[in-house]
Amino acid sequence: MSAKIFHAEAGMGRKVEAPALVASDGFSARYDLDRIRGVFSRPEHKLAGESYRGRVLVLDAAKGGVATAWMLYEMQARGVVPAALVLNRVNPIMVQGAALADFTMISGFDCDITKAIPNGAMVEIDPTAERPFIRIMSSSRGTPEPPP
Amino acid sequence: MRLSDEEQAMRAGAFGPLRQWAIEHQIKVGRYLGAEDFVPVVQAHIMADTESLGAAGVAWLERWAALPGRERQVRIPTITDPRGTDFAKAERLKQQPWMLDLERRAIAAFEALGVLMTDTCINYQTIMPPVRGEHCAYGDTGVVIYSNSVCGARSNFEGGPSALSAGLTGRTPRYGFHLDERRRATLVVEVSSTPRDLAAWGALGGVVGRLAGDYWQVPALIGIDCVPSSDEMKHFGAALASFGSVALFHMVGVTPEAMRLEDVVAAGAALRTHDVGAEELRAFQAQYRSNIDAVDLVVFSAPQLSLIEMRALADMLDGRHAQIPLLTVTSPQVKADADRCGLTARIEAAGGTVLSGMCFYQSYAREMAEANGWERLATNSAKLTNILGGYGYRPVLLSMEACVAAACAGGKLVR
Repeated sequence: MSAKIFHAEAGMGRKVEAPALVASDGFSARYDLDRIRGVFSRPEHKLAGESYRGRVLVLDAAKGGVATAWMLYEMQARGVVPAALVLNRVNPIMVQGAALADFTMISGFDCDITKAIPNGAMVEIDPTAERPFIRIMSSSRGTPEPPP
Repeated sequence: MRLSDEEQAMRAGAFGPLRQWAIEHQIKVGRYLGAEDFVPVVQAHIMADTESLGAAGVAWLERWAALPGRERQVRIPTITDPRGTDFAKAERLKQQPWMLDLERRAIAAFEALGVLMTDTCINYQTIMPPVRGEHCAYGDTGVVIYSNSVCGARSNFEGGPSALSAGLTGRTPRYGFHLDERRRATLVVEVSSTPRDLAAWGALGGVVGRLAGDYWQVPALIGIDCVPSSDEMKHFGAALASFGSVALFHMVGVTPEAMRLEDVVAAGAALRTHDVGAEELRAFQAQYRSNIDAVDLVVFSAPQLSLIEMRALADMLDGRHAQIPLLTVTSPQVKADADRCGLTARIEAAGGTVLSGMCFYQSYAREMAEANGWERLATNSAKLTNILGGYGYRPVLLSMEACVAAACAGGKLVR
């Protein structure tokens, strides 16, 4: 992998550093999650059974209905919540939910971000930068990336 | 975003802290999605079941509901999507008192905000269908896609916080399907087998939704050999929105913006094209039937049933008796008519349960499954099959007739 920083078209929320949980699949809080246990629960989802708590979710596209607009706030209030969302493509619901919950999200890349970020990598997200970005800090937990 | 004098005053707090929060929220959303300004809206529709809101969301609403009257009331007609219970039947569903308490608190808060508690996802069939070109802020994907596509209205998916904001400010950021350029087709689907029942229309919606892939895609369907009914459009649209997160489709020769394909395809545009026929629809339905010979319950919901669907169900159940739970979910508006027309009595005399003002998946579906021992579920709603897997169910998509047959055979599926 040559580039370690991937710029997004848009972002909101605060800077975050956390391990990434990556899959080439969609995201909907209602359809995909057991929000009490903090795991992906839809059997067909590529992250089925995985805990999302404190992870940066790197996924393809926002899916499903409108419930995520409330659910991110509710998940945030209970502390059983991803650290951030990174999506190739958003829908308005994800944006509305992130805005209500003051949740970190960036989206829109010139590559497939689910292919660019290794699962388990430590990543930094800065939605406040002039060009919001996700940066790979280490390709797995505790393994720093060599300089480019 | 460009703001009018009134919008700047709202942002500065001249209309109170709730409208100030609302317009600030809308500006955040609008900036993210590239809106240049606001557009006035004529109706808002809020999805806010308490499973989604949670205790935190209800407390958030209650804080705003405690403001003085003139600072907290919505300024355009604002209605609600289904709630998380039918209070009259909650015990039968084994819903817990804490769920009902949350629902009561949320209802009280919304009423204090001036919201009309219509509790329906079929407001386009029962309350006030939008007119072509009207800008709205609708908060249910099925409502949005039907209103955009069948009525020619203009709305994005507006989640609860944003729909409430639109009710309070009377406007919404102008992006997405408020704009002419976003309403053009991005893919063409040639359908060689027009569905003949509601489940098959839902299956077509599911297939096209998967092909479309995301919110910004607009499928144009050609080859449909009839004018679908409102209920057929309802099931098709709800599934398309659910599987694809799609908010607008065109059906050439049927929907108002697409009398001809050229009406919705930019000159010279080369769109990807897909063929969908009987085999794709059969495969879609078959994927849910593997390893299931019997079901624990039958559910008709998502979207709520029209009076016409209620009548069809009552007719199918005449002289028969459901041996497993058969839940039928409709709107409060249809329920009153179904009562008056004797349909509720006929369905319930045959062992069914008619629920009003809720939707099955918005009503603590996981907790209901655990409390009742439900896992395998038959429905004619493709949308419901898509949602319930994550709640621990194993759903099967069948026609209404086949669902009734299963219910009357003790859950056994007739092959």
